[in-house]
Amino acid sequence: MALAGLGLLFFLLPLAGLILRAPWDQAVAGVTAPETATALELSLFCSLAATAVAIVLGIPLALVLSRTTGNLRNLLRALTTLPMVLPPVVGGVALLLAFGRRGIVGSFLYQAFGIQIPFTTAAAVMAETFVAMPFLVIAVEAGLRSLDPRYEEAARALGARGWMVFARVTLPLLRPAIFSGAVLCWARALGEFGATITFAGNFPGRTQTVPVAVYVALETRPDSAIVLSLVLLAVSLAILVGMRDRWLGAL
Amino acid sequence: MTRAAAALFAVALLGGCQASPICACAQVAPPPLNIFAAVSLAPAFQKIAMEFSHAAFDPQFTFAGTQTLTTQITEGASADVFASADITHMEAIQNAGLLAGDPQIFAHNRLEIVVAKGNPKGISSLADLTRPGIVVVLADPSVPAGKYAQQALAKAHVTVHPASLELQVTGVLTKVQLGEADAGIVYVSDIFTSTSVDGVPIQDDQNVLADYPIGALKNSDHPAEARAFIDYVLSPEGQGILKASGFLGA
Repeated sequence: MALAGLGLLFFLLPLAGLILRAPWDQAVAGVTAPETATALELSLFCSLAATAVAIVLGIPLALVLSRTTGNLRNLLRALTTLPMVLPPVVGGVALLLAFGRRGIVGSFLYQAFGIQIPFTTAAAVMAETFVAMPFLVIAVEAGLRSLDPRYEEAARALGARGWMVFARVTLPLLRPAIFSGAVLCWARALGEFGATITFAGNFPGRTQTVPVAVYVALETRPDSAIVLSLVLLAVSLAILVGMRDRWLGAL
Repeated sequence: MTRAAAALFAVALLGGCQASPICACAQVAPPPLNIFAAVSLAPAFQKIAMEFSHAAFDPQFTFAGTQTLTTQITEGASADVFASADITHMEAIQNAGLLAGDPQIFAHNRLEIVVAKGNPKGISSLADLTRPGIVVVLADPSVPAGKYAQQALAKAHVTVHPASLELQVTGVLTKVQLGEADAGIVYVSDIFTSTSVDGVPIQDDQNVLADYPIGALKNSDHPAEARAFIDYVLSPEGQGILKASGFLGA
């Protein structure tokens, strides 16, 4: 019991510190200050874009994962969940080595089209997608595995083609799993720091998302850092409260 | 965070066993002297630590952007010595009443344009940084190197549009090393100690002289050793190492 209390305290004290040190009288002004508003706007855009990309690429990936078995499945699963356990900074370095100006793909893009990905908003979206997509894939894959195959079989027996079965039967049944996966993915994307600052850099309005802004502000305007941290805390709490049992069920 | 702090944290979590073996070994090894230093000092200070044969303690460095170290010290990090890349941040520490005595300037530095090996884009001045297609990375204005860079650009009447504002000067160096940026503004000493980039001098009337102050912290558990380290940095031997790393003497 005492250890449990200690564990709980360990989580609660940092939050209490944040709330007690918050400049509440300046909280509203802090959130609407131009640099804060810019970071919030950029973060919202990047995290939603990353979630959209994750849905488009992640659902097919989850489908493939759910239909493979044995060693191949283990390999694919390990590859897709790697970003969940990989330190995000390492993810950022890896992205640089792949999509940077001298990267495997990036050097081709730069030489052929003059496109440079690092330091752009696209880079911030890519970094967030890299780190957050596994959350969606895992949730959707779990949803697919718990799906009763008889619905799809029935649709097929009634003459529906593969794509039709997927669009009219599988996808609607998957909606809760996709939803919870997308919310988790979005939350993770919103909080992304290490891969973003490594791969995309730091520039207000272009790549300075809220977590990066918190880090920069901590050293110059600590009050704004605390206010921004509270915004992220509020979002995280809202997600937890809103998702309650679905959250744990999905993972 | 030091290993001692991590061990303390673990011990505290496990209920504060005072006679644990983790605590016992601290008596055998020399106590650590925590030196918080601007990241641009890393090559020079590491050499100083090797030369400095004061066996009574073990110099442990925390290298980061000066503004990061200032926040950490203000928030209560246990540092014995602080070496800053500008006077402003040292003054902040002094004004917070955290310094023992007055800080001393121990080195100066100049700025230089960092470019890829061989200067493939043919950059020769600060004005060249505004050329279209040149990707420039600077340190954030909250970082001393970033503030100095802004001053140099203002003196040269040049407005650049940086692709990124790095949170320590080494970030600028890394982005040029990796080939993501074509140019950046860093310290002469940064380029001096790097073999993978080249430097383009900035003309004197546009350049800035960076001041590096050092001071002992009031809450230090090892004030005598902290003082000894500072004295060594200021001694002819210490100054020689700094000059060999591209700094200008005090």
